[in-house]
Amino acid sequence: MLEIRGLHARAGGAEILKGLDLVLRPGEVHAVMGPNGSGKSTLANVLAGRPTVEVTAGSVLYRGKSLFDLSPEERACQGIFLAFQYPVEIPGVSNMYFMKSALNAVRKYRGETELDAMDFLQLVREKMKLVQMDEALMNRSVNEGFSGGEKKRNEILQMAVLEPALAILDETDSGLDIDALRIVAEGVNALRSPGRSALVITHYQRLLDYIVPDRVHVLADGRIVRSGGKDLARELEARGYGWLEQGARA
Amino acid sequence: MNPLAHWQERFAAAPPVGLPWLDALRRKAFDRFVEMGLPTTRAEEWRYTNPARIAKTAWDEAGPVPELDRQALERICSPVYACSVFVFVNGRYAPQLSTPPALGSWLGVSSLARAAARSELSQRLGSVGEPVTSFAALNSAFFGDGAWLRVAEGKRVDEPLHLVFVSAPEDDPIATHPRVLVEASPGSQLTVVEDHVSLAAGSSFTNCVTEVEIGANAGVEWIKVQREDPTTLHVSELRARVARDGRLSAHTLCFGTALTRNDARVRLDGPGARCDLRGLFVAGGDQLVDNHTWIDHAVPHGTSRELYKGILDGRARGVFNGRVVVRPDAQKSDAVQQNPNLLLSRDAEIATQPQLEIRADDVKCSHGSTVGQLDPDSLFYLRSRGVPLEEARDLLMRGFVSEITRELSVAALAERIDDLVVERLGMARDLPEGT
Repeated sequence: MLEIRGLHARAGGAEILKGLDLVLRPGEVHAVMGPNGSGKSTLANVLAGRPTVEVTAGSVLYRGKSLFDLSPEERACQGIFLAFQYPVEIPGVSNMYFMKSALNAVRKYRGETELDAMDFLQLVREKMKLVQMDEALMNRSVNEGFSGGEKKRNEILQMAVLEPALAILDETDSGLDIDALRIVAEGVNALRSPGRSALVITHYQRLLDYIVPDRVHVLADGRIVRSGGKDLARELEARGYGWLEQGARA
Repeated sequence: MNPLAHWQERFAAAPPVGLPWLDALRRKAFDRFVEMGLPTTRAEEWRYTNPARIAKTAWDEAGPVPELDRQALERICSPVYACSVFVFVNGRYAPQLSTPPALGSWLGVSSLARAAARSELSQRLGSVGEPVTSFAALNSAFFGDGAWLRVAEGKRVDEPLHLVFVSAPEDDPIATHPRVLVEASPGSQLTVVEDHVSLAAGSSFTNCVTEVEIGANAGVEWIKVQREDPTTLHVSELRARVARDGRLSAHTLCFGTALTRNDARVRLDGPGARCDLRGLFVAGGDQLVDNHTWIDHAVPHGTSRELYKGILDGRARGVFNGRVVVRPDAQKSDAVQQNPNLLLSRDAEIATQPQLEIRADDVKCSHGSTVGQLDPDSLFYLRSRGVPLEEARDLLMRGFVSEITRELSVAALAERIDDLVVERLGMARDLPEGT
């Protein structure tokens, strides 16, 4: 599904990723953990194609083809989805209109018929149950005036509507209470299938109680310094990152 | 060519109307025009907008109204509200294209030319303030026709009245001088859509004046849609007076002619009077859109809200000049003015200038203007969901203008305006240089 080799990337004038390797197979869920500033969000942004992040070396293959040849919208249409750490507010554009435009853009790209307003409403209502979101939020401007939890649920709703092959969750759990966390996790778990993969970026082990990963990677100073099974997350929770970072520098 | 001499010739050649009051009004207005002269960029008020293009053309009067197909017309001025459309072609009322509403005695809608013999009109026309620019004086001297709308006390007109001014270009350059007079009696309510369209590209100059008199506790929503051909020229003046607890909601929606200049002058004339001036200007290519507004807080307890939003692409230039005057005894005046702008290209320019003249001490007045580009984070967010770049830009522009369009009481028109923003910017991109 995703094959990252020797990835180097710069953002904000500094080198953030310094030779990152990671392989994610179809059907797998991997967690990426690491301290602040280790490059977690930069990795997410490289994968989604944020223009302000510059890839300086390495390769990323998605379904066997180079990701760097694709615009952000082409990546989305080919099944990549990034749940933003900080979802953007777009005044004046209704959430409903936004999501319908997104789904229809993706459907059009795939040669599928576009959904009309009625069909879309039906679809989105179904998906909203999954994330327990108030329908009133669909008629408001995208993320404008949403609480932190509502914004994150809105990300998961978009994911549920777009049904990506590769979902990347960038600290979707930060700032969520335990109920919201469970809802977000259920949204991700509902998408789990042999053909779909997810990269769950998080600070805390907490989320991984609900989304059980196949592999856990520790990112420190722009590289994966340790990979392991789901128990690695618990070990990190108990011991912190210090011992791994020291190991990485040594 | 001497521009003034050209108009003098034209005025001398025009036959008198034969109504003493109207001939006197024209004479006086023309003298005023000559006295003021055609503006040049040497005048502060025209610093950024060079009217030479208007001054240097030998504008002629339009010939007889051409045959027009109502269906063709409806396509260019959609949405059309079936029951109350008043069409003027090159400034002349076209009854065969119009569908007046079933009029009660409390709603009057007349062609100015047809109503000219009525003595009350002589008292009203030109009574809402003095002309601000010499073009407005020129309008008074030359207007051939227009609309006179009046609503009786306490009456509410639910359906919008749709005035359509059609420019039908001819071989020679033509100038038209449409005129509108709106009178809302105390406690009445009215929505007027003043829609300026053209049948084709061509050298045409529209010079219109609208007077709005709002009685105590009355409300007028005035929506001006300016969607003529991008090659035409358009100058307009809105003069409004709002009595105690009256309210004016004025929307000026400009979609780019070669040169547009709109002056709005509103006098809050009674305590509790309020005006909301909203504007949208969208221009590309080499177009220029200039909006000058002037709100006069003449008495205490007046409220004004002003929001003009601009989107400029290509080498387009925008001008916003917002003057708010609070007179010495106009205490408790409350004025807010905002002018946010989006520049879509490196060569587009906006000159934005608030002018607050506050002579009272117990007032709340604020203003702000911003100039920015489409937000890159928003663009990336939309693209990351699969929305193509071009469509993402359109979506953000629709979002930007929604603050204006959502305030329109006519929902179908609001939708059309959203579409026009995107259509017109696309159209301007395809114009040859120098248009």
